[in-house]
Amino acid sequence: MMRKTTLGVTALGAVLALGLSACGGGGSATPSQSGAAPAGGDTAKAEFNAALTQVFNPSDKKGGILKFANAGDWDSLDPADTYYGYSWNFVRLYGRALVMFKPAPGKESSQLVPDLAENLGTPSDDAKTWTYKLRAGVKFEDGTPITSKDVKYGVLRSLDKEVFPDGYTYFNDTLDLPKDYKGPYKSKGVNTDKAIETPDDQTIVFHLKQAYSGFDYFAQLPATIPVPEAKDTGAKYREHVISSGPYKFDKNEIGKGFNLVRNDQWDQATDPNRKALPDGYEVSTNVNADDIDNRLLSGDLHVDIAGTGAQPATLGRVLTDPALKANTDNPTITRLWYTSINGNVKPLDNIDCRKAVEYAADKVAYQTAYGGEFSGGQIATSLLPPGIPGHADINPYPSGTDNHGDIAKAKEALTACGQPNGFETNIAYRAERPKEKATAEALQQSLSKVGIKLTLKPFPQADYYALYAGKPGYAKDNKLGLATNGWGADWPDGYGFLQQMVDSRVIRDSGGSSNISVRDPEVDKLIDQASLETDTAKREPIWAQIDQKVMDDAFILPGLWAKSLLIRGKGVTNVYFSDATGMYDYLNMGLQ
Amino acid sequence: MSERITGQKSFLELNDLRIHFPTDDGVVKSVDGLSFRLERGKTLGIVGESGSGKSVTSLGVLGLHKGTRARISGEIWLDGEELVSATQEHVRTLRGKKMAMIFQDPLSAMHPYYTVGAQIIEAYRIHHKVGKAVARKHAIDMLGRVGIPQPERRVDSYPHEFSGGMRQRAMIAMALSCDPELLIADEPTTALDVTVQAQILDLMRDLQQEFNSALIIITHDLGVVAELADDILVMYGGKCIEYGGAEDIFERPEHPYTWGLLGSMPRLDRERTERLMPIKGTPPSLINVPDGCAFHPRCAFEGRTEGRARTRVPELLETEGGHLVRCHLTRDERRGIWENEIKPNLESA
Amino acid sequence: MVTYIIRRLIWGVFMLAIVSVITFAIFFLVPRLAGATSESLATRYVGRTASAEQVKIAAEKLGFNDPLIVQYGRFAKGIVAGADYDYGPGVERCPAPCFGYSFLTRLPVWPDLLNRLPVTISLALGAAVIWLVAGVATGVVSALRRGSFFDRAAMSIALAGVSLPIFFTGIVSLVVFSYGRPLAFAAPGGSFTPFFDNPAMWAYSLILPWITLAFLYAAGYARLTRSGMLETMNEDYIRTARAKGLTERVVVFKHGLRGALTPILTIFGLDLGLLMGGAVLTESTFSLPGIGKYAIDAITNQDLPKVMGVTLVAAFFVVMANLVVDLLYAVVDPRVRLT
Repeated sequence: MMRKTTLGVTALGAVLALGLSACGGGGSATPSQSGAAPAGGDTAKAEFNAALTQVFNPSDKKGGILKFANAGDWDSLDPADTYYGYSWNFVRLYGRALVMFKPAPGKESSQLVPDLAENLGTPSDDAKTWTYKLRAGVKFEDGTPITSKDVKYGVLRSLDKEVFPDGYTYFNDTLDLPKDYKGPYKSKGVNTDKAIETPDDQTIVFHLKQAYSGFDYFAQLPATIPVPEAKDTGAKYREHVISSGPYKFDKNEIGKGFNLVRNDQWDQATDPNRKALPDGYEVSTNVNADDIDNRLLSGDLHVDIAGTGAQPATLGRVLTDPALKANTDNPTITRLWYTSINGNVKPLDNIDCRKAVEYAADKVAYQTAYGGEFSGGQIATSLLPPGIPGHADINPYPSGTDNHGDIAKAKEALTACGQPNGFETNIAYRAERPKEKATAEALQQSLSKVGIKLTLKPFPQADYYALYAGKPGYAKDNKLGLATNGWGADWPDGYGFLQQMVDSRVIRDSGGSSNISVRDPEVDKLIDQASLETDTAKREPIWAQIDQKVMDDAFILPGLWAKSLLIRGKGVTNVYFSDATGMYDYLNMGLQ
Repeated sequence: MSERITGQKSFLELNDLRIHFPTDDGVVKSVDGLSFRLERGKTLGIVGESGSGKSVTSLGVLGLHKGTRARISGEIWLDGEELVSATQEHVRTLRGKKMAMIFQDPLSAMHPYYTVGAQIIEAYRIHHKVGKAVARKHAIDMLGRVGIPQPERRVDSYPHEFSGGMRQRAMIAMALSCDPELLIADEPTTALDVTVQAQILDLMRDLQQEFNSALIIITHDLGVVAELADDILVMYGGKCIEYGGAEDIFERPEHPYTWGLLGSMPRLDRERTERLMPIKGTPPSLINVPDGCAFHPRCAFEGRTEGRARTRVPELLETEGGHLVRCHLTRDERRGIWENEIKPNLESA
Repeated sequence: MVTYIIRRLIWGVFMLAIVSVITFAIFFLVPRLAGATSESLATRYVGRTASAEQVKIAAEKLGFNDPLIVQYGRFAKGIVAGADYDYGPGVERCPAPCFGYSFLTRLPVWPDLLNRLPVTISLALGAAVIWLVAGVATGVVSALRRGSFFDRAAMSIALAGVSLPIFFTGIVSLVVFSYGRPLAFAAPGGSFTPFFDNPAMWAYSLILPWITLAFLYAAGYARLTRSGMLETMNEDYIRTARAKGLTERVVVFKHGLRGALTPILTIFGLDLGLLMGGAVLTESTFSLPGIGKYAIDAITNQDLPKVMGVTLVAAFFVVMANLVVDLLYAVVDPRVRLT
């Protein structure tokens, strides 16, 4: 699906992962419950998974206020500084990037369509220069016409990582910027035309250091939302982002919530994608997560914006009550819950010992630890979730007929490893996460059947990657042979999913990377190869190849491909699950 | 003291007053059949050890046992009104106005958070519909009359800022603020040192004469009532065991318990080193009152009653002209013992 | 008196300084001792996929490369003298008291705290009024009717109130009294209307949190009042008051309760002071954007300037509450002298 035809430097690779933090929202899904909903046609009949592949409760009725709630808070509402999937989903209500994912259910949502631009980008022959024409008549909320200079300014300011540390560095790494350029605040007056040109008010031209055919994916990033330089207040811009979309900020109290009201300067004629149905949005942040679920079910709230699904307390209630269950969707998302097997810790430096772990693990217990099939996910047999192009059904370490582990095979592997009676090592997990603790306990139990003794080592979540499990020196010195882990991607793409997880070059001595166990030069090579491969048909098998290789190395024990249970708010129209965002699409919801 | 009910009531008259407290262990008979009379301008001293029922009696007269678990029977006549059967609210309106009480240990008996003046003003205003300024002036007057120097300044002092004697004077001022016709003083001088005691007693005598009120002084110390009381009532185990004019009680006491009290009485005219003659044993339990005479376990002369003291409760009988005694010994025996065995000892001691 | 207050205030400032040093040490020195480098600390404040370069920039910008004493000095100086920040097109002055800029949002902390104070104060004061009235009234009645059915029932409920956690009573009360149920009379969680915007909505939005929080405290106050009343009603001065002919109402409330209230006042002041620093569980359960919720979010995110700010604000209230209680104590009990 992704049209990455060329990809130059490997340094680019290191930053291109559109992966989210494992605890954030997001990820794309495949409608794996294909039988659950009738194919084709829109429907308003409330049934389980009704919004997975089609629009539920379609309507063009305007009016009303949509109420959203967030159990956490945005990293930032500023388009230059946000990296949460739900934020990219929501930002389109008050900002128009050059390009966007198509507001449509299921797989269709993975297509890119022009938004602020008239068309998708026009590449030069060498794919190093990308030109976009802006639509005419688009205005900011104050009535000022939006020009290509506003788009350029928006991209340039996003380059300042001192002020905007939460965002991505794609533009820093791909644009042909002047040396040591640090954004418009610190590099005032520096001519940046060699990176971004604005020959006229409607035209913007991006110049890349290296050819890259997938630039349209960058053009859909929130950083290309126009920002008027005169109204830019740096870090404080998040308090009042100047709208280019159908809604603008009314009241905004960071940490509490905000209101969006209609932007009267937005013109439906310039916008083929947005319906702009409700009269406004009311968003509260830092709301008690259980409270959100209860209010969703009671109709007091319309959307749980984080899109990560219902809380454990709600699950039992919803799944056992057919009336409640009929208003939920249960997609598999592109997140893998897994356990890293650290080859730096003896005797796991021996591949056969690692294989013994793969065979002995009880996958059903793993699933139970995460809450079972509906809230936990389906048992994973390799890394790539089914929703990611290139996924192949492989199962290198079948864990017995009933998925409770294959003891005989595990013992064989132990003998091959020279540890026929097993060995002792530690398993790290995040202390604040009961599911990871349950996982560690489940593994402790199943591995003990073949003599592998695990000691549980909880660590604080905030520093799990920075100081403990993710810090190579610490993990080795403290013999953290196993570590529970998880990873999700922003949209269905092998690169975004795999690179941060298996490229050994992302591992830093200072800690903080998500890859804490996969160190295989061949895997690194395969990643580079895939990045450079222009042909989708040839590239996608490489993802499968990487998947197979990492599994052969036995550096990762795959646990579950995660599923989430999303609750459809009462009376909300145009609800559908979007593969591109891994949650409901917030662009065109309305109220009955 | 007669138990007959005459047509003409005294100012204060108690007839067979009983105050019993039911407890988990049994009924505590704090006051068990007490009768006496008191006229205006006269002073009655009620003497006894702690637990003899004297304080319970005074609180009973004030009606402070009403509404508690106490079981009260008998009659209390005050100025022609019967109080045992009167409503709680009616007795309240009499309290502080018609009858008032001076408590021992004024440091705990006065509220520590209110000024002395405020506490007097409060007492006055509950019974008189006057403004605060008038009441305050009255309070200052009262403090002046009980001999507190600079009353207009001290009226705003707190109890803890007063000395013990001053505090007791303030307490008296508070009790007298509504010109009560019956004043009950419960151990008014116990907490005070000897010189101050004398001042306070003088003050009370002066005030009583000035107000012409009936005064009951409750004490364990016969010395206190020696100078003040017209009549003396000795209580033991909730009952009156001897009653008579002050002269009778001091010169011709007839009950062995009274002899004991006299023996243990410290006197101003005695040397400090002189030995007191305390009463042996401890006061009786009011739940399981000893059979017979309640005093018999402690009585040195119990053996001379041929066992009557152990089995029969003695009656309160007149020995001569208003002098009543509750004892199994005959009058002659008692007089003989007093003259020959007790009095010489007390005088030589 | 004035010298006493001045001395106490100086002592209070000293206490706050100590609190700030300890807080700083917990969040900065301890991780360093555990082996954290400036870069590993900085990874908390950048996106998960940040490059090494990005982490380095963040570490430098947040000042992690300076010695700890310099970092603390910068923080302390900001509070006293203000500081300058350049998170945008120009340099911005953060006037004293400047608690710094959030590591995560790059926004100044102090306005945030001021912004959240009304929520916490509304919650604390409203609940305090309820629990004081309800608790003391229950305690008085229980004491006067010791052993009655009311007494036993009230004390059983009080025991439950003290034992049940807020996140239980809070959620239950939300489920029963909000969410559009038949019994609903209260706003759902997360809705707060400032008093000056609309007093009725203010009360509506806070009634459940008030009751829930007050329930917890009222229980304790009822028990405290009951035992205090039982004690004072046996005092000699109560007998005196009765002997004066005062009505029972005056005896109980003016004389009895006055004596019993003094220890309650002390505890009330300290409780209120603590709550001003944020009713963490109540605010979390009802999603109220107050100081307590702010503290939890700050600690979860390891957002140090916020943690420092919120700790100092909470400590300030505790210090002030102690002072006010001691002053009030002298007013209430004339026997107390401040030295």
